Amino acid sequence: MKVSEIASARTLVVACGALARELRNILAQLPGDADRFDVVFLPANLHNRPQDIPAAVEHAVGDVGAGVRVFIAYADCGTGGLLDPVVARLHATRLPGAHCYEFFAGSSVFATLAETEPGTFYLTDFLARHFDALVVQGLGIDRHPELRDQYFAHYTRVVLLSQSDDPAVVELGRVAADRLELAFEHVHVGLIPFASAIEAGVA
Amino acid sequence: MTDEPVVGDDEPIDLAALGDAELTSQMHDDLYDGLADEIAEGTQILLDRGFSAQQVLDDALVEGMRIVGIDFRDGILFVPEVLLSANAMKAGMKLLRPLLAETGAKPVGKMVIGTVKGDIHDIGKNLVAMMMEGAGFEVVDLGVNTTVDEYLAALDEHQPDILGLSALLTTTMPYMKIVIDTLREKGRRDDYIVLVGGAPLNEEFGAAVGADAYCRDASIAAETAKTLVAQRRASVTT
Repeated sequence: MKVSEIASARTLVVACGALARELRNILAQLPGDADRFDVVFLPANLHNRPQDIPAAVEHAVGDVGAGVRVFIAYADCGTGGLLDPVVARLHATRLPGAHCYEFFAGSSVFATLAETEPGTFYLTDFLARHFDALVVQGLGIDRHPELRDQYFAHYTRVVLLSQSDDPAVVELGRVAADRLELAFEHVHVGLIPFASAIEAGVA
Repeated sequence: MTDEPVVGDDEPIDLAALGDAELTSQMHDDLYDGLADEIAEGTQILLDRGFSAQQVLDDALVEGMRIVGIDFRDGILFVPEVLLSANAMKAGMKLLRPLLAETGAKPVGKMVIGTVKGDIHDIGKNLVAMMMEGAGFEVVDLGVNTTVDEYLAALDEHQPDILGLSALLTTTMPYMKIVIDTLREKGRRDDYIVLVGGAPLNEEFGAAVGADAYCRDASIAAETAKTLVAQRRASVTT
């Protein structure tokens, strides 16, 4: 396919709802006709039941027409490798790595963070903004505070891998860490690693 | 209209007023709902009625957790609910454990279990340890972030039938192969039944790393352990 054809080929992007803000920004900045992307966002709370992600992705793609390229804006995301057969069946591609923390930070940065302290709970901008709904309520800690110790007994810190430079998000990350009674660290990773992964995926 | 009082869902149930079968069934419901106090009360009532600790364990607690496990697998229950159920079972186990020890019954087998190096997730591993104990196994829990040397030292010290390896992360599950390969290099692989488990694993992975079995959930781990230990003992005696 020629470069001009790539830039105009229709592409269906099925994405995690937690990526909506950043993904829209990046797709809008890619060369070529921005309208060539049809983007479907799936609920971000699938994070709490990742076994449902493969079927949800397959359903969202549906009977995509011939000539439409499909890009799955998910990493493995806790599916235990079960997303990959779906991606292959759809003749699609997906984001690299194990989860969003990895593709936001870039693999080498994330590997260093994980190796330095395995007991790290990661937040992105989205997770910091929606911490109560996705983590506190999603894990039932609001209803049963005693579960906090069972989930986080071996964690020592929260690391916010921020996409924006928004002090309000950093403050939300700090509040989240306090809620979990963990130390807080902030690593600004920006959007470059994520943008590169998206660009490679839809190219 | 009837004069009979209407019992609402919120009406506390008098467990002591229930017959044995009804009480056992109610305890399955209470385990499902994660009601620790009710499970402790029901356990004590059954013991007071002359049930053996083993019978209470098998019929009320393990069977109740088996149902929880099925609904977790089928996506009806989620992790918070399963944790509450496990906590309820622990409340019953607290009463039964000393009584089971008093009987002097030999454990079904022994298991050393731990979450692999680089991984600090232990919810699944703890559930497996609990269900294994419920199934009559002695369990030595090495905790999280366990190195191959720590596994080997524990195997030397405790001489278990089973080694259990747990991982939640795709980045840490390959460490299971390191542990199993090390056992093989030392000529000790066949000394143990190796069970692997964790959310990102599957049967294919279990086979690829050389485990004896992949266990999808805690109930299946306990059942698989019983089966494989029985098979191994039968093969030794024949």
